[in-house]
Amino acid sequence: MKKSLVSITDFTKEEMLRIMDFAAEFEADPCQRILLGKVIATLFFEPSTRTRLSFESAINRLGGRVIGFSDTNNTSVTKGETFHDTITTIANYSDMIVMRHSLEGAARYASEIAKVPVVNAGDGANQHPSQTLLDMYSIKKTQGTLDGINIMMVGDLKYGRTVHSLLQAMSHFKTTFTFVAPPELRMPDEYKQQLYDLGIPYTETTDIGEHINEADIVYMTRVQRERFLDLMEYEKVKNAYILKNAMLADTKPNMRILHPLPRVNEIDTDVDDNPKAYYFNQTENGVYVRMAIISYLLGVKK
Amino acid sequence: MDTKKQMNVRAIENGTVIDHIPADCLFKIINILDLEKETGQVTFGTNFESKRMGKKAIIKIADRYCADEEVNRISIVAPMACVNTIRNYQVVEKRTVKAPEEVEGFVKCGNPRCITNHERIRTRFEVQRQGNAITGLRCHFCEKVTTPENIVIVK
Repeated sequence: MKKSLVSITDFTKEEMLRIMDFAAEFEADPCQRILLGKVIATLFFEPSTRTRLSFESAINRLGGRVIGFSDTNNTSVTKGETFHDTITTIANYSDMIVMRHSLEGAARYASEIAKVPVVNAGDGANQHPSQTLLDMYSIKKTQGTLDGINIMMVGDLKYGRTVHSLLQAMSHFKTTFTFVAPPELRMPDEYKQQLYDLGIPYTETTDIGEHINEADIVYMTRVQRERFLDLMEYEKVKNAYILKNAMLADTKPNMRILHPLPRVNEIDTDVDDNPKAYYFNQTENGVYVRMAIISYLLGVKK
Repeated sequence: MDTKKQMNVRAIENGTVIDHIPADCLFKIINILDLEKETGQVTFGTNFESKRMGKKAIIKIADRYCADEEVNRISIVAPMACVNTIRNYQVVEKRTVKAPEEVEGFVKCGNPRCITNHERIRTRFEVQRQGNAITGLRCHFCEKVTTPENIVIVK
């Protein structure tokens, strides 16, 4: 049975933990050439340099070979080929497809027509599960556990796909959440309902300083100007969600700051040298986690 | 039987009568059942008084009998609907509609960024409900929820 990873909810808690274990093994010994002889297609219908290079680095470290494209300009997509035909064809050339697409649901559809496993590297505003797993790995690595962590999520909690997926994934681990967002960008009710149904406590506030000293993880996201209907509102709140070094004085010693990147100005550069800033280490973790995901789905790692 | 009331829509000899349709959903039901292409007699009306619903719509289709699968499609917009099979002017069977677990192929995803609105893909939704009321249709592909008031029927 081929297994794909399209949405974070495709993995059980046990599978997530297994990815964490595999990633730790790859971090300890990054030179395991268990993908020798395998060809993996990285299809970026929408460009994303960071995610593509992270996947390709993971494949190369495992000894696999990469085919694919980083934008659709030189492909038959511009000749009007349907997505269906592109995927069906490339599935015949490769052992796995890693793909990003601007349309939501594209990866799920691909996983149903391709005869090889599909890894979703982002479908519009919907899902980006490898990001979630690398966020979890970063939490586990810095906190020593995934259980009972206090996570403060800051910024755009309405549209940010990374916060929604992380919330769903961490709901398996008795997490407590604090949501810090302007009223326009609050966590949608459907996610709060999910927490409520699971009996998971959460706090909502508009003030970044109110609960920061209780947090184990501060997960920052960008507040984008284009999300606001009323630009006066944006002007009012834009500086309220910027993390500055001075705010970290009384935070817990184990606290770490995560960010899915790219950052614009929501974390002041004066935070970068603080040992609690972890967002650049996060990107390195991404390679180990992607090695783990690929080798798990292909069944090459025992 | 109670006293004979005047019929708002003419009786049919054989066929199907769909009753207790919300008054504003008549045309959606016509669409779901593809009645535009029906060659037999179809009579319908809306804004009739109803004790149960305030106002309701009715559809009568002569010489056509609806399978359970068709009947259950109606539930997406008319969960209270009642489907009566008529033979020789008599109601021989009364069915209430049941919301299916999944709906496939006739509802458009409300998310304009969903792949199903850009490629020829048969749509598929998981039906979300609270008690008997349908609260939304969750797209199998983009995972977004289309709420009942935004349901558009595609053919």
